[in-house]
Amino acid sequence: MHKIVSAIFLAENIKKIEIEAPRIAKKRKAGQFIMLRVDQTGERIPLTIADADPEKGTITIIVQGMGKSTKELNTKAAGDTISDIVGPLGAPSHIENFGTAVSIGGGVGTAIAYPTAVALKEAGNYVITINGARSKDLVILEKEMKAVSDEAYITTDDGSYGFHGFVTQKLQELIDSGTKIDFVLAIGPIPMMRAIAEVTRPYNIKTMVSLNPIMVDGTGMCGGCRVTVNNETKFACVDGPEFDAHQVDFKNLTDRNKLYLPEEKQSAEAFAHKCNLQ
Amino acid sequence: MCPQHITTKERFAIPRQGMPAQNPEVRNKNFKEVNLGYTPELAQKEALRCIQCKDPACIKGCPVNIKIDQFIKYIADGDFLGAARKIKEDNVLPAICGRVCPQEDQCEKACILTKKYTSVAIGNLERFAADYERETGNVELPAVKAQTGKKVAVIGSGPAGLSCANDLIQLGHSVTVFEALHELGGVLVYGIPEFRLPKEIVKQEIEGLKQLGVKFITNVLAGRSVTVDELLKEEDFDAVFIGVGAGLPWFMGIPGENLLGVYSANEFLTRVNLMKSYQFPNNDTPVFNCKGKSVAVFGGGNTAMDAVRTAKRLGAEHAYIVYRRSEAEMPARLEEVHHAREEGIEFLMLMNPLEFVGNEQQWLTGAKCLKMELGEPDESGRRRPVPIKDSEFILPIDMAVISIGNGSNPLIKQSTPDIEVSKRDTIVVDLNTMATSKENVYAGGDIVTGGATVILAMGAGRTAAKAIHEKLMGIETHE
Repeated sequence: MHKIVSAIFLAENIKKIEIEAPRIAKKRKAGQFIMLRVDQTGERIPLTIADADPEKGTITIIVQGMGKSTKELNTKAAGDTISDIVGPLGAPSHIENFGTAVSIGGGVGTAIAYPTAVALKEAGNYVITINGARSKDLVILEKEMKAVSDEAYITTDDGSYGFHGFVTQKLQELIDSGTKIDFVLAIGPIPMMRAIAEVTRPYNIKTMVSLNPIMVDGTGMCGGCRVTVNNETKFACVDGPEFDAHQVDFKNLTDRNKLYLPEEKQSAEAFAHKCNLQ
Repeated sequence: MCPQHITTKERFAIPRQGMPAQNPEVRNKNFKEVNLGYTPELAQKEALRCIQCKDPACIKGCPVNIKIDQFIKYIADGDFLGAARKIKEDNVLPAICGRVCPQEDQCEKACILTKKYTSVAIGNLERFAADYERETGNVELPAVKAQTGKKVAVIGSGPAGLSCANDLIQLGHSVTVFEALHELGGVLVYGIPEFRLPKEIVKQEIEGLKQLGVKFITNVLAGRSVTVDELLKEEDFDAVFIGVGAGLPWFMGIPGENLLGVYSANEFLTRVNLMKSYQFPNNDTPVFNCKGKSVAVFGGGNTAMDAVRTAKRLGAEHAYIVYRRSEAEMPARLEEVHHAREEGIEFLMLMNPLEFVGNEQQWLTGAKCLKMELGEPDESGRRRPVPIKDSEFILPIDMAVISIGNGSNPLIKQSTPDIEVSKRDTIVVDLNTMATSKENVYAGGDIVTGGATVILAMGAGRTAAKAIHEKLMGIETHE
């Protein structure tokens, strides 16, 4: 059992949850994730570790309520408990001094990009961050991102804040204006990551993405999280979750993530119904 | 018949007592245990078939050398608890082994009766004794020796880890078992289905170890949450036993394997057994909805049988085993094949999949297969399957389960570079002690052998426990 130390909404439907997990807090590195099971009948879901405090023995996750499990997780408050957490899982982000590194976060992906942006900064990179959201009220971690960035940009789809447009457009603008970019990390929805890969491909800029296939155990046992990278089957839980964006078969990932759409819908509807009754 | 007055001729006249089982047409729709177990009468009758050889070959056929003749004598005499105690001198998990051991290739194969009759049903009797002891509430905790002050970490709570922990705790060491998943038991809970090994039995065996003082910590993945070196240096363990089991599943490397509806057996079984997805939506984890669908399992081992019988229970209209050799070459236990056939599993032998095909939405619709015939024997002595020209056809299926074995989990190797591993990434050990190339680190089970059996893993755990004890206590061994 893991106690929740604090739980606050950062934006509508996006919650920042700090949980006691001393072993994980001590070991985790940027880019790694946990598998979490809310309760005894819950499913195991992968969530990237956004932050950790080894002294306090806590880790922080940032959760967007999408399906039943994440929505249920977001009903939790300080003092509540989480049944199971295992981690840190996955290979840490490969960090070095690339020169100029651009960290791109789309939506709640910003939370996942944040720890790697911190690590890139610590490694001596000139860090540019671009964080996109649909509109102003969905922008998260603005202050934190600014603090680790040499240049920080916000983009919104509706233009309600920052640059009006997508993160890809902002990246293209930087490239066009002559900024020499040595490394790009992009984390967000699959269409966004796929689009970023196409922006950087012609310039041969090394680009990494963090993939989110469906997982069951997350420990290297079931093979459910297999992704196609450079025409080879890789397992996101032990070989990833970060891969070279120019080699990822995004279509296969998109298709495979649709495996349980009817069941996900059924669960989410039943949960919404239960919540309404309460 | 009184055991004291039965003649050898009379013993030979008793037929092998069959194992009572659920009706196939009923059980292929539920997840309850297939075999119902002997009644005391059946067990005694079967035990009387044993002629109590002077030099019992069956014992040599058992990987942990259970005193088979002696425990069977106890059953014949009606002392069922005595039988259970006798088994437990050598096997710490008899209720589990009595169910999942391949006895027909081990003890029963060596039984002298097989020369003229059929072997004594040793496995069924082992199971009976263990169940009798448990169900009558007579499980006795073994005595634990005085504390040695030594600490041992066991990584993995599967059969290797549990048996190693059991022996070490009884020898007076402090034992902590680390498990990566949220539930204890390893392959016994995520791999072997409820209908073959009820999880309640695994739970009770583990409960017994807890009462002896074994500490269990779930949700710790060795190599990520903690490394072997950290256990030795920072957490002050005097020795580490690695029993992490097999790793990532193998796929066939044919086109279409990442289509929707193609699973590894590990994933399919983990979803159903560990995550209880057959109870979706009451449990949150979904699995492919097999109702009325055609499911093909590729492979011929016990895991393949578990997977195909699970698919049938989930409502599959057609549940196929597709295997490239003939039935005689299938590595699965005969009992499992027999049970599967009874339950309506369809066996498609001498068939080699070439490609999976799908629809526009990338859902699997079929497997392109090539028919084979048996040719000359290969290096393994089995007749090699050779393709029949122009025999390609498409087997229409909605779900495919690949069950052709597992590789090794790379995490121990990556995080402990000074442990020697083989080309296949299995850990190299001295088979007499299960010692690895790293001081005070031992390993056993599938991470050493590659995919094998529960009983072999248990045997390895016990060998390691003995060696760890001798090493920690400075006991000289003469080999």
